[in-house]
Amino acid sequence: PAFGLFLFTIARDPLRIIILIAGAFFWLVSLLLSSLIWFIAVKASDPRDERLQKGLLIFGVMFSVLLQEAFRFLYYKLLRKAIEGLVALSEDGCSPISIQQMAYVAGVGFGLMSGAFSMINLLADALGPGTVGIHGDSQLYFLTSAFMTMVLIFLHTFWGILFFHGCEHRRWWEIAAVVVMHLAVSGSSFCNPLYVGSLVPSYLLMAAAAVWAYLLSGGSVQNLRRFLLCKC
Amino acid sequence: MITFMNNSDSEEEPCNERTSLMSAESPPVPSYQDGLRASEAEEAQAHRKRRAGSSRGPNNLAGGEMSGSGVPVRERALENEEEELTLKYGAKHVIMLFVPVTLCMIVVVATIKSVRFYTEKNGQLIYTPFSEDTPSVGQRLLNSVLNTIIMISVIIVMTVFLVLLYKYRCYKFIHGWLILSSLMLLFLFTYIYLGEVLKTYNVAMDYPTLFIVIWNFGAVGMICIHWKGPLQLQQAYLIMISALMALVFIKYLPEWSAWVILGAISIYDLMAVLCPKGPLRMLVETAQERNEPIFPALIYSSAMMWTVGMAKPDTAARGPSQQTWDAAEDGREHLRSPSHAESQMSEARSPVPTRPITSLEELEEEERGVKLGLGDFIFYSVLVGKAAATASGDWNTTLACFVAILIGLCLTLLLLAVFKKALPALPISITFGLIFYFSTDNLVRPFMDTLASHQLYI
Repeated sequence: PAFGLFLFTIARDPLRIIILIAGAFFWLVSLLLSSLIWFIAVKASDPRDERLQKGLLIFGVMFSVLLQEAFRFLYYKLLRKAIEGLVALSEDGCSPISIQQMAYVAGVGFGLMSGAFSMINLLADALGPGTVGIHGDSQLYFLTSAFMTMVLIFLHTFWGILFFHGCEHRRWWEIAAVVVMHLAVSGSSFCNPLYVGSLVPSYLLMAAAAVWAYLLSGGSVQNLRRFLLCKC
Repeated sequence: MITFMNNSDSEEEPCNERTSLMSAESPPVPSYQDGLRASEAEEAQAHRKRRAGSSRGPNNLAGGEMSGSGVPVRERALENEEEELTLKYGAKHVIMLFVPVTLCMIVVVATIKSVRFYTEKNGQLIYTPFSEDTPSVGQRLLNSVLNTIIMISVIIVMTVFLVLLYKYRCYKFIHGWLILSSLMLLFLFTYIYLGEVLKTYNVAMDYPTLFIVIWNFGAVGMICIHWKGPLQLQQAYLIMISALMALVFIKYLPEWSAWVILGAISIYDLMAVLCPKGPLRMLVETAQERNEPIFPALIYSSAMMWTVGMAKPDTAARGPSQQTWDAAEDGREHLRSPSHAESQMSEARSPVPTRPITSLEELEEEERGVKLGLGDFIFYSVLVGKAAATASGDWNTTLACFVAILIGLCLTLLLLAVFKKALPALPISITFGLIFYFSTDNLVRPFMDTLASHQLYI
């Protein structure tokens, strides 16, 4: 679905593609830094202590989430500057792309990259021979991973919109809400393999974020109704 | 086949000379320079059009040579607008380069991942005589550095040779050399590649079929690259030969040497293009002085070249050119809105210079597009291919390098728009690529693996 989003909405406009790739790049850099921290922490600690390793992992995850949000903020700043440049350059004082579109594209960029990194090794392994969950792990590993990744990608998209909107209108609580949601989702994934604990809240959060983002982008129930009615 | 490759080092030479040529041609030719001349003329046009009450479209890039003489001296005032124009289409040009680079990388990665031949180590090139199978780390490092020095000096010698030939107008020799090497690439390497792919997928093919296929492929390729041909076909062929060359490099360069060579080549590129006495810079400047395009066999161009005295341009170009001209006409009436301008931009696909009415008798001209040397394609693909081949079978690293290279390309093009002269395309991208490769391989991978095994999500 994320790829479909990409095809339909982004692939047309070159500027959006650039913003997308740049978004992916920023996510990548944040991942790099967070894994650097984790790596150092692991190397500096005792590899045999299970609890400690688990604790370090959790710490790594949280830290990574915070870093991702920080980089989202940096990206927002960069895009603000870029918009000013574009406005100056365009012929009639109007930027060819609005900040909301940028927010959307940036969110998709983050999401795609994060999804790709989560899924692609899995997919490559899935092509090969093997049985899922042979060592007593859950048999639904692939399925749940796929769903989780999808929900994460969508969530990143929505968070992008919410985050940028919050930054635009200086509503710090929106930004804080995004960060908290992200932490919650990552935290819920700690319940794996008890999938109920992770997938269900994530989907609920995604629905909530979707509605919120939709409302923020100027949609409303009337729009939705008109859209659906016009189609059928 | 394997021994064949080992003994054919002599045959490798022309191809490697060619590679050095191609890598030597790595900086993007300043299309914006050409565009400068063209846009000066275009300013006049634009001014005329503006007086007629419309705003400029992206189409008036054509009148390069012809209206150059009649330009009123209003360039000062229009310089800003010229810059705007340049930067405005920056996004489009970036995408025009993203696509072929991506395609090339995809081809290389797909081949590396599926065909085993290219990851087997079967001998080395004559240019990298020192082996890396030594027991100690220091020795290995030393060997790779020596390999790099040899390779770079070969490239420098070749480049200087090429520039000298160009300066003294030995065009025939250069053409002959290029034709020979592209012949070899197209036929020999394609044959080997096809053979390996067929082997991998266990498909049988008899020799006559093979002969016909390769003959057609090679002949059409030669015509397309060295002479005229549809733009997309030419681009496709250039991408394919870059991919083939990159595959050869990936196979035959030992590991550490490959990374050191990549680093050294980007430094060399930086110096060769930016230093006043750099060979590449001299090449580009000489080409500009003489108003000639640089050999099509060495440069990937995202725009089209027309030839002399054609009364009737390609019918393909005709259609949209009419369209955009009409759109320009319309522009005179209505107020130009941003979306309109944007749609014009996308309509005005690179190959379309639109002054169809009076400009048909124009001289050979180039539509403003961005050009990237084939060597850049090759080295980008080498980086990504090596990442795919040697990074513990990890797709994350490949993906990371891919994004890094694309971002580097973006930044390079941005700088190109700002500086408006030939810039080396390798350094930024390769630096990013190298950083990301090493960091992703060593830092991110354990992290992601651990996360995936616990199924945690960040």
